[in-house]
Amino acid sequence: MLEVKGLYKTFNPGSVNEKKALNGIDLTLNDGDFVTVIGGNGAGKSTMLNMIAGVYPVDAGSITIDGIDVTKLPEHKRAKYLGRVFQDPMMGTAADMWLEENLAVANRRGKFRGFKWAISAKERKEFRELLKELDLGLENRMTTKVGLLSGGQRQAVTLLMAVMNHPKLLLLDEHTAALDPKTAANVLALSDKFIEEEHLTALMVTHNMRDAIAHGNRLIMMNEGRIILDVKGEEKQKLTVEELLGEFAKLSGSEFANDRALLAN
Amino acid sequence: MPFLNAMPGAITQGIIWGIMAIGVYLTFKILDVADLSVDGSFATGGAVLVVMVTAGQNLYLAMFCAFLAGCAAGLATGILHTKFGIPAILAGILTQLSLYSINLRIQSDMANLPLSYMNFHYPITLRNITQSLIICAAVAICLIVLLYWFFGTELGHALRVTGSNHSMARANGINTDTNKIIGIVLSNGIVALSGGMLSQYQGFCDVNMGRGAIVIGLAAVIIGDVLLGKIFQNFALKLLATVIGGIIYYIVITLVLNLGMKANDLKLFSAIVVAIFLAIPYWRAQLKQRFHKPQKAVSEAKEVADNA
Repeated sequence: MLEVKGLYKTFNPGSVNEKKALNGIDLTLNDGDFVTVIGGNGAGKSTMLNMIAGVYPVDAGSITIDGIDVTKLPEHKRAKYLGRVFQDPMMGTAADMWLEENLAVANRRGKFRGFKWAISAKERKEFRELLKELDLGLENRMTTKVGLLSGGQRQAVTLLMAVMNHPKLLLLDEHTAALDPKTAANVLALSDKFIEEEHLTALMVTHNMRDAIAHGNRLIMMNEGRIILDVKGEEKQKLTVEELLGEFAKLSGSEFANDRALLAN
Repeated sequence: MPFLNAMPGAITQGIIWGIMAIGVYLTFKILDVADLSVDGSFATGGAVLVVMVTAGQNLYLAMFCAFLAGCAAGLATGILHTKFGIPAILAGILTQLSLYSINLRIQSDMANLPLSYMNFHYPITLRNITQSLIICAAVAICLIVLLYWFFGTELGHALRVTGSNHSMARANGINTDTNKIIGIVLSNGIVALSGGMLSQYQGFCDVNMGRGAIVIGLAAVIIGDVLLGKIFQNFALKLLATVIGGIIYYIVITLVLNLGMKANDLKLFSAIVVAIFLAIPYWRAQLKQRFHKPQKAVSEAKEVADNA
């Protein structure tokens, strides 16, 4: 479904702020893979997701989604293959537009936008049903400005928008990091539910090692812009946080440097 | 009562500038971009209309061409901003500056050109203010209806999302560059159309007639928002509030002129009015913070907790 080959990215090349964010990433996701991504601060997790989404141009390498080479496609053209949820709950929705308007915008991802009415009556009904699945009572607040919702509600809505129309790949970039523990658990459970029901292929960056082990069928660990560990299937199910930390120290030659990851355990 | 006698004229001018302010609303409020090219494109609209009508062209064709000329000016700003990577304010200033030369060329190097009254009865004219008022009001209402429709379409939503949240727009397949250009083009087209209306109303065009247009436009947008924003929630009503803001602005201008203010001091007065109305929402928030009642804070906190 996703094929990343020899991906390199350096920010601010040639300056004192030069940062080699990605150092040759090779990654292949099969149809239906749900991969969790962990790594220390600055390991390149978010950069990798942003490169796949087309936020920055690549220095070298290629990105193929479902057989389509998207390496040179701009962000908005790639969007039709992707569903994205960001770390910042404010980033995934338009605050001064209604809930139903936000959903309608997402429902047209990858489609031509012309002079047709932006929301049809049929869509309104569908949106109501979809919002019921979130179990947050939002189905009765479809004409509320999204800016009036809480961070957790907005993130749940963004997730719903991301999985609309069955994206080829779902990119979750630490999407529960800014939420309180209870809300984070809810959003994570929803992510699991949508990915399973819709048989989505997903990449989920997380700072929480327990979450990384508990969710998905495959786990990759990144350090200094490289993938240093890739475990799948049963082997992954049997992993423990201690083992992961040990692996990390062994493979990277340093301690796992992510305060939030350590605090979360 | 010279002031009351001047009212219909003030309202008519207010509507014309209110239409211009709708153009400003599109960039300032919807796209969240301060586009200063309107100072130039307003005069461009006037110049195109007067030159075409004087050359014997149909008045309505001339109005349409004034609109198109404004669109072209907006296109220049839009491209400078999105494709050349120039900050929106600076892109607008560049267009505005270049339009000064272009407007002079349109007017064959004359600083102003008269519209001959002799061989044409214009629908909008100082000679028949009541008729002008009705026609201008009708144009404003038609424009509001058209824009209400447009912003209810898929494309209109794409424009709103572009102004509201860039990341979200692109993540949902919206080309933010294209949409910004469309918005700025549409805005300047409307501004030039109102420039054409004003030159028709006053019977001449002038290269300087757009000077400070952005400030008047902002004044109308902000006065409308501060006075009516709470009651007028619907998009069409918000546009109407903008036109009403323009009318109020011109009534106040007429009043202070009648009270003996020198016409040359008007620009200073306009700037002060805009500064005060821009500050009001900020001051209001500050006061609220300083004097808020603890009781209310608790209930607000509870509401947030309930929503979480």
